[in-house]
Amino acid sequence: MTIAVDPGQAPRRRVLLGWGAAGACALLTLRPLSAQTTSAPTTPEAAALRAAVLAWTGGVTPRQGRLEIDIAPLVENGNSVPVALSMPSPMTAEDHVTAIALFNERNPQREVAVFHFTPRSGLAQVATRIRLATSQTLTAVARTSEGAFWSRDVEVIVTLAACIES
Amino acid sequence: MARTLIHVPERARAGEVVELRVTIAHPMETGYRSDNEGRPVPRDILRRFSCRCDGELVFSAELFPAVAAYPYFAFHVRATRSASLSFTWEGDQGFAQTETRALVVA
Repeated sequence: MTIAVDPGQAPRRRVLLGWGAAGACALLTLRPLSAQTTSAPTTPEAAALRAAVLAWTGGVTPRQGRLEIDIAPLVENGNSVPVALSMPSPMTAEDHVTAIALFNERNPQREVAVFHFTPRSGLAQVATRIRLATSQTLTAVARTSEGAFWSRDVEVIVTLAACIES
Repeated sequence: MARTLIHVPERARAGEVVELRVTIAHPMETGYRSDNEGRPVPRDILRRFSCRCDGELVFSAELFPAVAAYPYFAFHVRATRSASLSFTWEGDQGFAQTETRALVVA
């Protein structure tokens, strides 16, 4: 027995596939660059993230830059996500990074970890592994011995979230 | 006692900044999960990690449930002379563990 193939079907599928692909691309490119700590937050989650950052800095809005977050932009498993934080600094007694805090937007708690450095650390750099409940923004904030705050935001997409298994 | 894995370079030159890597076998139970009967699983996390070099604080971390199980940290120490490095983890349910390693400066 043979199955009659509608000659018009295959091209129509291609067209739909094409539209689907275009739509996916549009979704990816249109992801909002929310939670920039310098601009007003647009969602409750972003506002909570900003509040957590300000609580840690004592109300000082950190300047963007200097601090680096090294994390994969596309995370396959949110249960253990490698992340590295670093900031260039001479790490002398007069001029060093005293702490780097990491915050998230959509886990149950805003704080992830706070790392404290001393001149003895030699480098203001730390690598660890964290949990991510879903695709979200991460914000890292560094505090220097002069009392200045620097921050960096990064957007990560998580395909398998943490905290979903029983 | 939880199993730990601590990597310290075999030797360092005076003034060199060397990397230290540590992990500890700890579940970092978040307190946000429930068991098969739907009962909440109580939180059991490490709250603090610190590294000292001959008693002088090198690096410390405050930890929250978002730190993954088997917490791993890679950080640095400026080696000046041979010293004893101590690594301490403290957490819920009275958890406290300290390991020491020698830092050889030659």
